[in-house]
Amino acid sequence: MKKETSSMKQNRFIANTIVHIILSIMAIVWLFPVFWIISESFNAGATSGSDSFLPTGFTLDNYIKLFTDTSQFFFVKWFFNTLFVAVGTCLLSTFYVLCVSYTLSRLRFKARKTLMNIGLVLNMFPGFMSMIAVYYILKGIGISESLTSLIFVYSAGQALNYHIAKGFFDTIPRAIDEAAWIDGATRFQVFYKITVPLSKPILIYTVLTSFMAPWLDFIFAKVILGTNYKKYTVAIGLWTMMQKEYVDTWYGRFTAAAVIISIPISLLFLFMQKYYVEGMSAGAVKG
Amino acid sequence: MNQIKNSFSKIFGLLKDAWEYGDSATKLSFFVLGLGNIARKQIVKGLIFLAMEIGFIFYMAMFGVAALSHFDDLGTKVPHREINAAGTAYINVPGDNSMLMLLAAAVAIMVIIFFVVVWYNNIKCAYQALLDYQMGRKLMNFKEELADYFDKKLHFTMLMLPVLSILVFNILPIFYMILIAFTNFDQSHQPPGHVFDWVGLKNFAAMMNFNGKIGRTFWPILEWTFIWAIFATFMNYIFGMLLAIIINRKGTKFKAFWRTCFVITIAIPQFVSLLLMGHMLSDGGPMNGTLLSLGLINKPILFLSSKMAARITIIVVNLWVGMPYTMLVTTGILQNIPSDLYESARVDGANANTIFWKITLPYMLFVTTPKLITDFVGNINNFNVIFFLSNGGPMTPEYYQSGYTDLLVTWLYKLTVNSKDYCFASVIGIFVFVISATVSLITYRNTASYKDEEGFS
Repeated sequence: MKKETSSMKQNRFIANTIVHIILSIMAIVWLFPVFWIISESFNAGATSGSDSFLPTGFTLDNYIKLFTDTSQFFFVKWFFNTLFVAVGTCLLSTFYVLCVSYTLSRLRFKARKTLMNIGLVLNMFPGFMSMIAVYYILKGIGISESLTSLIFVYSAGQALNYHIAKGFFDTIPRAIDEAAWIDGATRFQVFYKITVPLSKPILIYTVLTSFMAPWLDFIFAKVILGTNYKKYTVAIGLWTMMQKEYVDTWYGRFTAAAVIISIPISLLFLFMQKYYVEGMSAGAVKG
Repeated sequence: MNQIKNSFSKIFGLLKDAWEYGDSATKLSFFVLGLGNIARKQIVKGLIFLAMEIGFIFYMAMFGVAALSHFDDLGTKVPHREINAAGTAYINVPGDNSMLMLLAAAVAIMVIIFFVVVWYNNIKCAYQALLDYQMGRKLMNFKEELADYFDKKLHFTMLMLPVLSILVFNILPIFYMILIAFTNFDQSHQPPGHVFDWVGLKNFAAMMNFNGKIGRTFWPILEWTFIWAIFATFMNYIFGMLLAIIINRKGTKFKAFWRTCFVITIAIPQFVSLLLMGHMLSDGGPMNGTLLSLGLINKPILFLSSKMAARITIIVVNLWVGMPYTMLVTTGILQNIPSDLYESARVDGANANTIFWKITLPYMLFVTTPKLITDFVGNINNFNVIFFLSNGGPMTPEYYQSGYTDLLVTWLYKLTVNSKDYCFASVIGIFVFVISATVSLITYRNTASYKDEEGFS
């Protein structure tokens, strides 16, 4: 081992300083919009035409009006609409994803590869290419412009997103299943007595991703819910607030609503970050 | 291809065998479903098949035949007024609704396909029951068969609901939209009031035609879509990876803190952050205001309202969106690089630089190639960044219903929602499909996780 000379030490100190300065600048750039939106939501002078980042005075008006002014948009209603869709989607699509990924991963049957290929092909069509057809199908069933229909559409979409869960099931040794079969367990018993209890991480991941989808989706909600403000979810609601016709009056409340919505979603995301990375990198490492 | 040929010859082989060697009940079940099973005392199963046939005949008689009869012309009558039968007054006659007619026909086709599958399985079951009977094997009663659906046939039970819902909400709509691509269902053929009709490949030709209104938009947008996807993918990849490497290098302090700073930006819903950025970068927005008052510029920078600037702005803002993702994923991979690789390199006397170029980088490239490809396809389909940030603008009269930063998918969205040119939107959807399919099939089929699913178990 070479002895570390003082010039090397100095070099390393300089390198570290530069790295930390770069990171600090980047962190400021990345976090700036976050702080700005928080400051705007408390800013008495927040208007859509404002040309300054600096707040002019403190106020809670944006928040108060957001919750109390129901003359045109009713944010609280939107919030509970979305919560309803999110809970429904979360239950139904977790069920779907679990079924599909377990079947394709653990069971062997003739049509398996064919089904996987069909799923692959379906995933390659841009999702919203068929939104108009979906709208008319829902109308045919008689549930268009309703929140229930959103649950069905989101869940059907999620059912094709089984890859991460399947990747997880692939890693559970098949010997466990086989041992249970030999002991006389049916395949269904193996599923709910052995596999499901072993799959807590992927269950949490699936539940959280499908819970978050309705808060973030804009396209399908917009087409399916049309112009019925009362049925809006927060994503289209907030987008509507920023449209030309409304932005002048609603800008302040938009920032307040954005802060309120972002907090729970951010917390959820930070919580499931670990699972997200595991899912992504598991797929990548195997690749 | 061979696989398809094999399965076809298997299906027809079974049908031929059942017809040649089956007894009268088996032969009859070609026409009356379930008879073969009823003759073998599998009453409930047979009745279920029979009920399906009755349901199918009922559906065809009530709706199916009528729906299919308009499949060729999609309706011809436009709404008009005519004198009533008594000749005393004018009445309004509603016209045909081509849209609903085509949808009904699409549903009918899917029902027929479904029934053919049921019919085939009915013959298979009947023939199997006959063979079992002749061999003296014990036939399963209904209860045992039901129990079998939770054991050997569990895949059927578990897939039934998800597949049904995918059929209704994914396959049927996509099938319908593919049909639409071959009609002239645009803004001047909107039912009710107008009918539309089949036009063959005319829409595809219009897309390809450099001189037409649609083609003049399609080619530039296609070009920009690729430029965007390449820049967005590779810049995010390279800079995100650099960020991960900088954070994870030995001398960096507070690693978790830096990581959280960047991850927070992912956690915020994109429609919030991007709408806000769009507002921030608008011509009279706070960014320009601040730069002006600081005296750094003397007239506003048109971040989102001139062609070149808007394109650059979008790619740069996309770095803000995408780098933390790459950072997150590559951090996980960086920490997973087998440490014996590093140790043996150090023993061999490699310095930090050599280790980075000879071990870290090649390993990362090797491991993240699949991610690079999915990211590329994802960026071709990247709706959010464009739609919320610039909404495709600046708009231009040169293009049909779109602006300089529109991607194929956002143009598709606008054609559907704003101008109701569904036929062109469908053609674009098919193009995007072809692009993503070519890119991913080539690579996806070559990845190990597809070839060797059980590599880890």
